[in-house]
Amino acid sequence: MIAERRSATRASPAAAAVRLLDQREFMILYILLLGCVGVAHAVPEFLSRENFSAILLALADQSIIAIGMTLLLVSGGFDLSVGSTMALAGACTAIWLAAGAPVPVAILAGLGVGVLIGLLNGLIIACVGINPFITTLGMMSLARGLLMVVTDGQNVSGLPQSFTVLGQGAFLGIQYPILFSLALVGAGDFLLRRSRWLRQCYYIGGNEKAARLSGIDVDRVKVICYVATGLLAALAGIMITARLGSASTTAGKGLELRVISAVIIGGASLKGGVGTIAGAFLGALLMSVIISAINLLGVELNWIDFVLGATLLLAVMADRLSAERGGSRG
Amino acid sequence: MPVFEARDIVKTYPGVRALDGVSFDLRPGEVHAVVGENGAGKSTLIHVLSGVTLPESGILLLDGRPVVFPSPHEAARHGIGVVFQELSLVEDLSIAENLFVGRQPAGRLGLIDRRALRRQAAALLSEFRWNVDPETPVRELRSAQRQVVEILKALSLGPRVLILDEPTSSLAAREKGLLFNCLRRLRREGRSIVYISHRLAEVFEIADRVTVLRDGRRVDTRRASDLAEGDLVRLMVGRELSDVYGTRLHALGAERLRLVDGRRRGAFAGITLSVRRGEIVGLAGLAGAGRTELGRALFGAEPLDEGTIILDGATLRIRTPGDAIRAGIAYLTESRKEDGLFLELTLRENCAAPRLGDFCGRFGLLDDGAITRFAESCRKSHRIASPGVQAPVASLSGGNQQKVLLAMWLGIRPRVLIADEPTRGVDVGARSEICQMLRGLAANGTAILLISSDLPELLGLSDRIVVLRGGRLAGEFQGSQATEEAILACAAGVTEGAAA
Repeated sequence: MIAERRSATRASPAAAAVRLLDQREFMILYILLLGCVGVAHAVPEFLSRENFSAILLALADQSIIAIGMTLLLVSGGFDLSVGSTMALAGACTAIWLAAGAPVPVAILAGLGVGVLIGLLNGLIIACVGINPFITTLGMMSLARGLLMVVTDGQNVSGLPQSFTVLGQGAFLGIQYPILFSLALVGAGDFLLRRSRWLRQCYYIGGNEKAARLSGIDVDRVKVICYVATGLLAALAGIMITARLGSASTTAGKGLELRVISAVIIGGASLKGGVGTIAGAFLGALLMSVIISAINLLGVELNWIDFVLGATLLLAVMADRLSAERGGSRG
Repeated sequence: MPVFEARDIVKTYPGVRALDGVSFDLRPGEVHAVVGENGAGKSTLIHVLSGVTLPESGILLLDGRPVVFPSPHEAARHGIGVVFQELSLVEDLSIAENLFVGRQPAGRLGLIDRRALRRQAAALLSEFRWNVDPETPVRELRSAQRQVVEILKALSLGPRVLILDEPTSSLAAREKGLLFNCLRRLRREGRSIVYISHRLAEVFEIADRVTVLRDGRRVDTRRASDLAEGDLVRLMVGRELSDVYGTRLHALGAERLRLVDGRRRGAFAGITLSVRRGEIVGLAGLAGAGRTELGRALFGAEPLDEGTIILDGATLRIRTPGDAIRAGIAYLTESRKEDGLFLELTLRENCAAPRLGDFCGRFGLLDDGAITRFAESCRKSHRIASPGVQAPVASLSGGNQQKVLLAMWLGIRPRVLIADEPTRGVDVGARSEICQMLRGLAANGTAILLISSDLPELLGLSDRIVVLRGGRLAGEFQGSQATEEAILACAAGVTEGAAA
């Protein structure tokens, strides 16, 4: 009876709207809007164009990496090495540029570093069968160590203007990194929702054994997702190097956990099978807005980590509780 | 006077009355075998006797005094030792540590006294005349040896009553001999043993008395020496067949699937069989006979090491499930929750899983409308009771989940369907619908290989029954030869099946 009633009301437009609002993305959007209105009430400059572009600019590298991390979490894995990959790829590009390589060549080589790290991660996880935590933890340290070796612990600067313009230029007043990250997030979200190939991630995360029996080439999908994540991390690293005009050896430290938090706030689960890139982006945005609000409200900055941690826990617990109330979906 | 007794035990699970007023008694110094088909209630009885589950009604008497076992620990404290089918050893620890888990001899400061542990373990092992270093990690043992460790672990508690659930399913002949000697010694010491087994020959070899369970009731308890093997089989089966299974109305077509000399290491060898269009071939055998492994090998999940698969006259190379699906072979797994369904995903996503490619439009994008329409049609044609195609499969009942699994695989329009325990754990209504679906599929020319431990179902649906024993073909039965007695006897190795 209940089931019948539920399916009957589902057809009405009002119910469709309710269902839409019920989705994780809209919930975060709602919280974001509410929060923004609240903060703007106290500090009007929060709504300024400068503040928003500062938020989005600081978010650019995270949101690009979050695309790959979402693929991984959806398919039941994750990657702790993204921060190191990002820094290493940025540094390699910078070193090659400083050595006089043409800009496109240096960028491609930097991306190659990311692909290589992702490929190693993927092969070790899918083919050797080591779990993602250990594998990417090792790779995190390995890549960071390699970075220290190739840079000798020094930041790399003195990059040509034809390269830095990629991170510092703007189109219609909006910086390239913002445009670039938004475009990638949009494309990624569309593809994860619609493409046949990426849809396989949900099946693998949902039940890996059943996915195998359904004819999905699980190992291959996993390897390619890790490669994509490595590539995106490298891209973020090169972009940030261009923006700052130098490659820093401490770039991306702690970034992996921030990105994973954002993806989980956005609706993904470590168990796999759920999550969207739009959700992950909104999760990252929520965290950035919180940081910005803390700044502007004049709260002591030491509170930032505390508040971010609380946000993650609240989001996950809210999810859990609403799932229990809705029944079945444990 | 019986040392341990159960009176009028009732235990129900949702939809099943697992034990329906069963009484059981154990005398001092006897080996008492409990036999019955799968689902007869043997496991539930053991669970009640050993404190794993509490019965809804009925009492347990130990030395004539009522006892309640709220936990296995409590049962163990009263001297009831159990060896379960599922092994409960910690692989990374040594034999000695596994034998005395939770009660290792400790010295000062609560530290484990390694020397004493080693000495006690060695003493126990030598009693069983097993020459092995007690420090060997369990990981390095073969499954039969692990079973022995499991049995020794139960014995090390010095139980008055020892319950063994299928102890020989993985034991080699030599280890089985050691086990039986050990049991005879325990019997001489006046201890009592409950012995569960599918292997009737063993029952006659070791048991003093036999209790037969069927459909959750006790059929009879008799002295083993008063019984012939044939009597026992008849007591175990003795049930009328109803017509849930229907009858075949279509003619069989040409040969569709043929396996020649199939072999997979550690599972089966020398298997040759064929299935015709529209034919349902039943695969019978005990647990561990290699039926599931054979099904999974034909599907490429754990591919054949050797052998040829011929489908409609063409030789196929099947190394992955993807190969099998492209060739039109579908496989219904025996454990839908484990590796069949995507429980957290929606009905819609589940239905589309094995054929995502069919819903692929331009640029590799999925046509979600088409997937929804397909799922809706599955829901209607298979009468899946669900609030809608967006409902997670976890929210459906067992029978409906099984129908989703079936719908998922019928979607690829299979030329061959391998159905592994298709009605396990579903209620009577869903069961008859599933049987009708299989019949309908066969009528449309699909060749079906049916794996089932439910003999009435196997007999009711199959045109022909092939029996596996220990990974080898043990016999083939057809028409009037195919009786439950004959198949059970052949599967248990009591008599040779007719080679057809």
